[in-house]
Amino acid sequence: MGRDFRLILQQIKYQNRIFWRTPVGAFFTLVFPLMFLLLFTAIFGNDEIEELGVTTAQFYAPALAVFGAASATYTNLTITTAIARDLGILKKVRGTPLPPWIYIVGRVGSAVWLALLSGVLMMSVGVIFFGVEIIGRTFLAALISFLLGAGAFAALGLMLAALVSSGDAAPAVANATLLPIAFISDVFIVNANPPAWIEFAGNLFPLKHFVAAFGDAFNPGLTGSGFSWSAGAGEYAIGAHLAVMAAWGVGGAILALRFFTWEPRGGENSRRRRSRVSGN
Amino acid sequence: MNAIAVSGLEKFYGDLAAVGGIDLTVAEGEVFALLGPNGAGKSTTVEILEGHRRRTRGSVEVLGFDPETGGRSFRERIGIVLQQTALEPELEVAEILATYAAIYPRSLPVDEVVEIVGLQEKRRARVKTLSGGQQRRLELALGIIGDPDVIFLDEPTTGFDPSARRQAWSLIDNLRQLGKTILLTTHYMDEAQNLADRVAVIAGGVIVAEGTPADIGGRAEGEATIRFRVGRDVAGEDLPPVARAGLDESDGQVTLETSTPTEALNEITSWAMERGLELEGLTVERPTLEDIYLRLTGGGGDG
Ligand SMILES: Nc1ncnc2c1ncn2[C@@H]1O[C@H](COP(=O)(O)OP(=O)(O)O)[C@@H](O)[C@H]1O
Ligand SMILES: [Mg+2]
Repeated sequence: MGRDFRLILQQIKYQNRIFWRTPVGAFFTLVFPLMFLLLFTAIFGNDEIEELGVTTAQFYAPALAVFGAASATYTNLTITTAIARDLGILKKVRGTPLPPWIYIVGRVGSAVWLALLSGVLMMSVGVIFFGVEIIGRTFLAALISFLLGAGAFAALGLMLAALVSSGDAAPAVANATLLPIAFISDVFIVNANPPAWIEFAGNLFPLKHFVAAFGDAFNPGLTGSGFSWSAGAGEYAIGAHLAVMAAWGVGGAILALRFFTWEPRGGENSRRRRSRVSGN
Repeated sequence: MNAIAVSGLEKFYGDLAAVGGIDLTVAEGEVFALLGPNGAGKSTTVEILEGHRRRTRGSVEVLGFDPETGGRSFRERIGIVLQQTALEPELEVAEILATYAAIYPRSLPVDEVVEIVGLQEKRRARVKTLSGGQQRRLELALGIIGDPDVIFLDEPTTGFDPSARRQAWSLIDNLRQLGKTILLTTHYMDEAQNLADRVAVIAGGVIVAEGTPADIGGRAEGEATIRFRVGRDVAGEDLPPVARAGLDESDGQVTLETSTPTEALNEITSWAMERGLELEGLTVERPTLEDIYLRLTGGGGDG
């Protein structure tokens, strides 16, 4: 067991290293969300937004931290896992004594770690440059929400990787699912009175719950530590939000387990690659 | 003691018998080559032995394990080099080796393996800066980092230039000296001939010949070809009976195949001496391994 634990840590480090050596992924996970924060505070100024009762940065920093976390887990895992499968790396790992679950935990652990890093970076920039206030009373609930949300989106990323046909298709599929949902999940646009169906759709998907569970922790107007099931008026509560995220995470994990393959996907794709390698 | 024992192995993809009933054994410490053209079923066979694919029928034992159920303890004792190179392009040679080494209970030191495959100069180089041959050597290094008892090499040198191939051969020869059991596939005749203690020629999913490189396919007792030339004035009926059918009247070239070359030569040379003729370009040839291979595999496929 001690040996397996060391292997897990090592696999996480290995995946982290690959992440840092791939500038595109690092940019989208770490820099891209920050660009939105700069953009929004530049466009709207950093005064109090009337509908929300907090400053622009106080609202957007946590919302974009959640968006960064979703990129680090959902988008990144989908793309890197599908590419690793195409390259035959998953197959090769499967031929070693490394238990498959440790390899997967390494990937998920790395993604969650990078999500955390991206979140810390976002909140630090918010605090240092835009006067974002961190509230001690809600800190633990915020941290738990963040980790659970990142874990759920990691499971969904593995699910999508299992479902997409190739690494080429992965970025398009990941972005085409995440971005529209982000627009109805209070990440980029806040509309106090959206059409009912938008409200409904937003509540259906896990991202809005992620934004609420984490973001409300930074709303000084709310009371409570967050540890209650569902919010009364003016209260911060994560219970119901976490339940929705957990349900999505478990569903994603089940589908991932069901459809995950270690072999490159068959058909023309793998045949072309085979003949390229054998040089004819 | 056999490291690998296979009997009645079949693998179907739909109606296609990629492997159509194979029996083979590989002794401990033996180097065994599966030789065949593309599509013959080499990778399918090897990957079933590695535990990568499931067989349709037959029994397979590697180091006493069934590869389908051997799991972690089985994989700790084998080393795999897949036909397809699969490496993280942004990582350094030593980084990848160190991570794989940690997976095995008794791995070889990274520096030692780097030296065995001749990548000392590239220890800190990223994979994407390596040539194809160097990447293949890194794959070989990953195949032996766990100090395996059995090593599977699926087309280890395909695409190499001749000098890189020689290098790889001497490397594989070193592994043999260490007592490793090696099962390799190739579609290069000379590779099988140079490396293997025993060769099985595989075509269309079945083994069509098996033996040492020297006597495979009945090479020792195979048909010999006798060639010589006679003058234009010699007609077919002038020749001794054994050679008559072999004459090409347009240029006087005689070519005949015989399973009793000593007797045939005796007839031919006696006939020539009687007439005081000198037989121009007289040769006797045994089929080369290449000839036999081409014959066994029906022209050699597209490999
Ligand atoms: N995954 C697969 N699905 C369907 N057919 C396959 C698959 N893998 C191999 N085959 C077929 O099985 C035969 C043997 O293939 P393979 O074992 O790769 O040959 P080799 O390695 O000798 O070139 C070929 O006809 C190939 O097209
Ligand atoms: Mg093959």
